[in-house]
Amino acid sequence: MERLESIKDFKALQERIIADRDPQMPVLVIPAGTCGQASGANDLIRVAKRELLSAGLAERIRLRITGCHGFCQAEPSVLIEPEGTFYPKLGIKEMARVVEAVSRGQVLEDLLWRDSTTRKRIQRQSDIPFFRGQRRTLLSRHEKIDPIRAYDYIQNGGYSALVKVLEQGDARWVVDEVKASGLRGRGGAGFATGVKWDLLANMRNAAGKFLVCNADEGDPGAYMDRSVLEGNPHSIIEGMLIGAFGTGATQGIVYVRTEYPLAIKHLVIALRQARELGLMGKEILGTGFSFDIQIVRGAGAFVCGEETALIQSVEGHRGEPRQRPPYPVEKGIARKPTAINNVETWANIPIIINDGAAAFAQVGPPHNTGTKIFSLVGKVKNTGLVEVPMGITIGEIVHGVGGGPSGRAEIKAVQTGGPSGGCLPAAMFDLPVDYESLSAAGSIMGSGGMIVMDENTCMVDVAKYFMKFLKDESCGKCFSCRKGTQRMWEILDDITTGRGTMDQMDLLEELALVVKDTSMCGLGQTAANPVLSTLRYFRDEYVRHIQRKFCPATACRDLFVYRVIADKCTGCGLCVKVCPTGAITGPRKQLHSLDQSKCVKCRACYDVCRFDAIAGDAIIAVPAA
Amino acid sequence: MITLSMNGLPVTVEEGTTLLETARFFGFPVPTLCHADGLTPYGACRLCVVEIGEMARPKLVAACTYPAEQGLKVRTASSRVMRTRRMIIELLLASCPQSKVIQDLASAHDVRRQRFRQEHEDCILCGLCVRMCQEQMMANAIGFLGRGERRSVGTPFAGRSETCRLCGGCMYICPACQLRCTYNEPEKAICGGCTNLSPPCLEKQQFDDMMCYRTPCVACEIRKD
Repeated sequence: MERLESIKDFKALQERIIADRDPQMPVLVIPAGTCGQASGANDLIRVAKRELLSAGLAERIRLRITGCHGFCQAEPSVLIEPEGTFYPKLGIKEMARVVEAVSRGQVLEDLLWRDSTTRKRIQRQSDIPFFRGQRRTLLSRHEKIDPIRAYDYIQNGGYSALVKVLEQGDARWVVDEVKASGLRGRGGAGFATGVKWDLLANMRNAAGKFLVCNADEGDPGAYMDRSVLEGNPHSIIEGMLIGAFGTGATQGIVYVRTEYPLAIKHLVIALRQARELGLMGKEILGTGFSFDIQIVRGAGAFVCGEETALIQSVEGHRGEPRQRPPYPVEKGIARKPTAINNVETWANIPIIINDGAAAFAQVGPPHNTGTKIFSLVGKVKNTGLVEVPMGITIGEIVHGVGGGPSGRAEIKAVQTGGPSGGCLPAAMFDLPVDYESLSAAGSIMGSGGMIVMDENTCMVDVAKYFMKFLKDESCGKCFSCRKGTQRMWEILDDITTGRGTMDQMDLLEELALVVKDTSMCGLGQTAANPVLSTLRYFRDEYVRHIQRKFCPATACRDLFVYRVIADKCTGCGLCVKVCPTGAITGPRKQLHSLDQSKCVKCRACYDVCRFDAIAGDAIIAVPAA
Repeated sequence: MITLSMNGLPVTVEEGTTLLETARFFGFPVPTLCHADGLTPYGACRLCVVEIGEMARPKLVAACTYPAEQGLKVRTASSRVMRTRRMIIELLLASCPQSKVIQDLASAHDVRRQRFRQEHEDCILCGLCVRMCQEQMMANAIGFLGRGERRSVGTPFAGRSETCRLCGGCMYICPACQLRCTYNEPEKAICGGCTNLSPPCLEKQQFDDMMCYRTPCVACEIRKD
């Protein structure tokens, strides 16, 4: 790649690349992020390449391998441009057919996405309910860009925000623009990005300032940062360059988990390309502005996503938070002023500069502007990354974009904000998703995990699961967080195994409030949320576990047994077939019997009887004692 | 100089003073287990929490690490502070019931029972020994290992440290082991060795078996039987 010496050079290159593009040429877009590859995208790519070469189509049809588009449910999928035809869940054989159909300009009806309610086939990606309900400002760019090709990014308007900033030459304007956009930190706390930058810009430090991209995404069930890093690493680089210009920072760091090998690979390639093109490093585009970015790999501690712990980790110390003040913006890495922003925040910066702060601020309610990516997982039909404007209700996400419950059980709650977030009941699904509303309801925005739970999920068990995660991931520095999470888990364990008492439940609440109050960092301060929010909205489940020693969701194995109801059993034999341990016996057409000593409570018989057997509900869960 | 209000009393301190130092200077008792003059404030035990801020959103912070700020309103013994402090003492008592210091704290704060499952741990991981070793003894022989519930104090790879000079500073500073420094005669419970900086075990020849890294402190002599 040729080094670009001036802004003129860049514009010439951009014009040339755009002119080279033939918008009518069909493109096979195969999303191959970590998730896509895991579900078989690599096989599709291999087949597509072979078919294109053997049929001599390489000059007529392009192949673009991109990052994740967000629709995990449909992986591995193929998107055909320019029509936008979408083929979900393709196998190797179907892939060959798709290549052939594209070469003839046909659409394969039988492979298209089928809507689960109307049973109709939908051709275009943008018409599928999952995509229709979203506002994909960030994610839609993933479809256009091969992450390891810088030219792809430039062709789609990449680095033009940087050029705009360099042409303007006014650092103050950049900070004011970000401030006016109302962008708030996407890492979870929601601190106004413009204000943070303003603080950093006002710091006088001749020895340099740091900008950090926090990509230590550790929440179970959340992967939006990974997807952005994998799918569009140049947007992070561009965002950080703009930030550096605005704040006068001299050194950039991307702190990324080692567990994200593909994201690191794409980022390393993107950094090298940006350096070769003269878009990063010394004398960027000949303007005298210099900034360089390095990668620091995290060693796998959840708490290192907390900014003071992240700084310690970057410096090579144990990843432990320290009390603020001094804030990182005063004394951060190497005691120099440091601003830390989340991946998604950085990815939004080029959009704000390109489209203007006013356009960005129009999306979403005041003080909660822009779009936010959520990872919608759990018991919904359509799982995946969804990008929606702020202020949309939880119900719109779960039922609209998510398509409602995946099974026959009703949706009971949604857990937002990762392990430190809270569970909100279905009755509160008209709550708008913004920082303040979620916080008032006892949950947090967090980095944007959204786990949907149905009637088969036990809320006490959920609280116990998250508490286990937190007690293992607490750094252990604060006594209240270390011992508090251990003791909370202990009480929850007692309750889910039938040893709990009502006094313990009160103690649990008392302890949770103390842990929330006294812990040093964000992890401890929010560690009580899973307990407090479930106690607030699902107290009756706790009481049932303690007083009746019964878990109606059949999640706590010590608190129920399965029993065959003699009157109802028709002896259909389905349960005998599915039982993995041979606990259910009985000849056909006769009452089956269940041997409790062999039963491992796997729930297979219960489900099969409830939903598939003629009798229905002949197997029920009853309290153990 | 900085003027702030502490329990309603306007006080003036030098810049850079922590809230704990301010409180102690003006005679407000604030208990702490992880603080020692001459060592970097750490903020681990959370006993020294005080309430700062006004009506809208007052919050609790560790007094040992929070710097005095102009116009700050501090309450060292509000009902919220006392409630949380009692809970922390209860947690301490549940884990380290034999420590005299913790027993005294519990008694002073009227904590008469603990409602958790009883544990018998030795170390509260206050980090005083680690900081003593690093900052005053310049040895860096011990540090923290693991995280969460597996966190402990020890030497690198739990082996015998080559940099440890067996100075005994870690034992001297330990707030939880005062009662347990019993050499090998349990009946002489408080030997006083800790306070005169020459623990009896140091005069003994068997350094090989000595804890030094405080797992499990001098008590190891007793437990081996």
